Amino acid sequence: MKVRIKFAKQGAMKFIGHLDVMRYFQKALRRADIDIAFSEGMSPHMIMSFAAPLGVGLTSDGEYVDIEIKTPITTAEALEKLNKVMADGMTILDFRQIEEGKASKAMSLVAAADYTVKFRKGCEPVGKKNPEDGPAGKMDWQSDISGFFARKSIVITKQTKKGESEVDIRPMIYQMSVNAGVVSMQLATGSVANLKPELVMEAYAKFKGFELPEFALEVNRREVYADLGQNGKRRLVSLNDLGTILA
Amino acid sequence: MRKLALSDEILLSVEKPARYIGNEVNSVMKTLTYVPGENSLENQDEKQYLENTQKKNRIRLAMCFPDVYEIGMSHLGIQILYDLFNKREDTWCERVYSPWVDLDKVMREQQLPLFALESQDPIKDFDFLGITIQYEMCYTNILQILELSQIPLFASERGEECPLVIGGGPCTYNPEPLADFFDLFYIGEGETVYDDLLDLYKACKTSGCSRAEFLHQAAKIPGIYVPSLYEVTYLEDGTIKAFTPKQKDIPAKIAKQVVTDVTHASYPDAPVVPFIKVTQDRVVLEIQRGCIRGCRFCQAGMVYRPNRERDLEVLKEHAKNMLKNTGHEEISLSSLSSSDYSDLEGMVTYLMEEFHDKNINISLPSLRIDAFSLDVMSKVQDVRKSSLTFAPEAGSQRLRDVINKGLTEEIILNGAGEAFEGGWNKVKLYFMLGLPTETEEDRKEIAHLANAIAVRYYEIPKDQRNGKCQITVSTSFLVPKPFTPFQWASMHEPGDYLGFAKTVNHEIREMLNQKSIKYNWHQADVTVLEGFLARGDRKAGKVILEAYRRGALFDAWTEFWNYDRWLEAFEATDTDLYFYTRRERKEDEIFPWDFIDIGVTKQFLLKEWNKAKAGEITKNCRAGCSGCGAMKYEGGVCFEGKN
Ligand code: SF4
Repeated sequence: MKVRIKFAKQGAMKFIGHLDVMRYFQKALRRADIDIAFSEGMSPHMIMSFAAPLGVGLTSDGEYVDIEIKTPITTAEALEKLNKVMADGMTILDFRQIEEGKASKAMSLVAAADYTVKFRKGCEPVGKKNPEDGPAGKMDWQSDISGFFARKSIVITKQTKKGESEVDIRPMIYQMSVNAGVVSMQLATGSVANLKPELVMEAYAKFKGFELPEFALEVNRREVYADLGQNGKRRLVSLNDLGTILA
Repeated sequence: MRKLALSDEILLSVEKPARYIGNEVNSVMKTLTYVPGENSLENQDEKQYLENTQKKNRIRLAMCFPDVYEIGMSHLGIQILYDLFNKREDTWCERVYSPWVDLDKVMREQQLPLFALESQDPIKDFDFLGITIQYEMCYTNILQILELSQIPLFASERGEECPLVIGGGPCTYNPEPLADFFDLFYIGEGETVYDDLLDLYKACKTSGCSRAEFLHQAAKIPGIYVPSLYEVTYLEDGTIKAFTPKQKDIPAKIAKQVVTDVTHASYPDAPVVPFIKVTQDRVVLEIQRGCIRGCRFCQAGMVYRPNRERDLEVLKEHAKNMLKNTGHEEISLSSLSSSDYSDLEGMVTYLMEEFHDKNINISLPSLRIDAFSLDVMSKVQDVRKSSLTFAPEAGSQRLRDVINKGLTEEIILNGAGEAFEGGWNKVKLYFMLGLPTETEEDRKEIAHLANAIAVRYYEIPKDQRNGKCQITVSTSFLVPKPFTPFQWASMHEPGDYLGFAKTVNHEIREMLNQKSIKYNWHQADVTVLEGFLARGDRKAGKVILEAYRRGALFDAWTEFWNYDRWLEAFEATDTDLYFYTRRERKEDEIFPWDFIDIGVTKQFLLKEWNKAKAGEITKNCRAGCSGCGAMKYEGGVCFEGKN
């Protein structure tokens, strides 16, 4: 039976890289005594696939891993067993059955993700250094978010293997707004088109004219979606909603 | 939310931030606050209350392995002590490892104090800093730990508020080179008197006695060595004249601590599970302590005497619990020589029946190659990928007798032959060079033995064997260690050592099957330094400090090892390296470590040294007791079949 686990990765766990999160889950599933299926062959491994790996330093409330189990278990029971063996900062949010077959694989479904972005304490942008523009201090960096989002195109230069290339990232920004210092955005994610929230903020900083030092941002992924739309129309459904609760 | 000692900026700019965040599964978090009956919450303001509870009745202890996290986390001893200490309600034991060079730099620049992983609190605020000293090449890392913790390097310069720095582990069988940097050492196995030490500390703290008074009291606990309470005088030639306690009530000899009943000794059923991949990423089951063999170069074989086995039924329980509590996908047996465990068959059969179907890998290091082990190995690993390991340690039978290694060419060839017929084609061979009485001919025999194994392989008809055979020969150089029969032996020059390796290499290239033989050898200058530190005296401490000041750190890592830096340190401190390394010691010389009583007598070691030079072998403990002295611990192999 195929199962999708939704989990949160918060706090100190943001420093654990994707490969180590995989290792973490292999051990956690054993500790929780979930009867997981293994691949065949000389060195069997757990059948397990993660959706959209999260970079080191980012937190998330919407991470997904698909596994295959041999003995049925209810959602409630699985949540209890798993949450008992989690490290602080890792929380299992859901455990749902999903359809069999390759097409339902989390990894291949991912089309978009929600993020919130804010400035780390002490890293908020300060005003212009030029004294003619008034005293340096806190600047109102939030005011142009809607203007930025309203633009038809946002061209950035990207470093690629072959050198630099120009990309219009505007089509990959599905939503963007700001509220009390927290920027929310919905971005294209996955194998077809992928945009990182840091890149959007870099473009915005350039647009608005402030410095964006390294490590200035705190990024939290809120949710990951599949696109069930047809004929070029987007219809985003969270990966969790594609599963059914095991009662 | 968990507070961290380092900022996000730092953690995101260093390699593997997971080394520094703690929070691992099974790591122990404690709030050392109110315990009913010990402190009344009434009539105290909060500050006072915290002071009373945290400062007086609570012990905070940081356990350190002075190497990078991935190495330190793989060490069983720390896990045992961590569990043992945390079983005490009044004690919170946390862990700390060497910050890697990238973080080291940042911490120095920003003057950040080194912190413990669990609470992320500075080590300098702890009651104890316990450092396990597993190999000589980590000595400069110990100074790094102290310096980054902002604790004075010299014990004599530490004030009342400083943590007590305590050392333990195999290198403390000669603690003298480190004597100036430690307040006290614990000699022997940790499970015996740590409780007494902590109880004493608590009593001292509550009664408000001074650091000096505590150390004085502690020195009377068997196994506890307080270097500042002893005086060393030297003869004109630099050797020791006398080693004496400064006060009458301080014992002249320190008794190694031994757990008689290892079966019922405390064992960690829920070891900490690291997030990142560490060297030992598996459950480790210590099936026995000590070794019945008496290899004359091996310090562990002497200092852990007598050999003591854990009961199989208890081990089964531990195995089950540890796998359940960690979720590890592999279990490994740990001991100096697993094949000597009386019921190895019962142990291995249990592991295979219980866990193999659950996709748990079973790893069986240090097994003698015979029909039984080959059968087991073919079941638990992929024969085509795995390799056989032999450690003849010396090339010729004569020299194997000198080192008392009871492995003959016949045993090796038979074992290898059987394995080849079972489908194996990879063999690893381990040897030592620079052994006492070793000749050119002995070195060449290494090549001959490797070739004979290859010949045995190619005897198998072509259609029945698995391609070419691959033999890997590795040599290290002997480091004479304290408390071994070779403690009297001289070492060689780095250049000589390389010459020995060249002889082996040259001879291998002359062999008919040379294409099937690969040869690796160990660095020679590291060996010399290791030898200096292993048998050094108190005067060696200033060389360590000088080398550290000149930038020596992570000396066990090839990429950071720099022999010149050490040579400069010898020069700057006017210390003669040759005195320590290039000298066969006289039979009646007083060694820096002679004040420790390991059970095995100096007289026995001397007899073994003379037998070695005569090429005479000594029986293993099971074949016949040779009266080494360890029988006084009243347990283990010395009493097998005698009750
Ligand atoms: S006293 Fe005898 S049996 Fe015991 S450890 Fe020594 S040699 Fe072995």
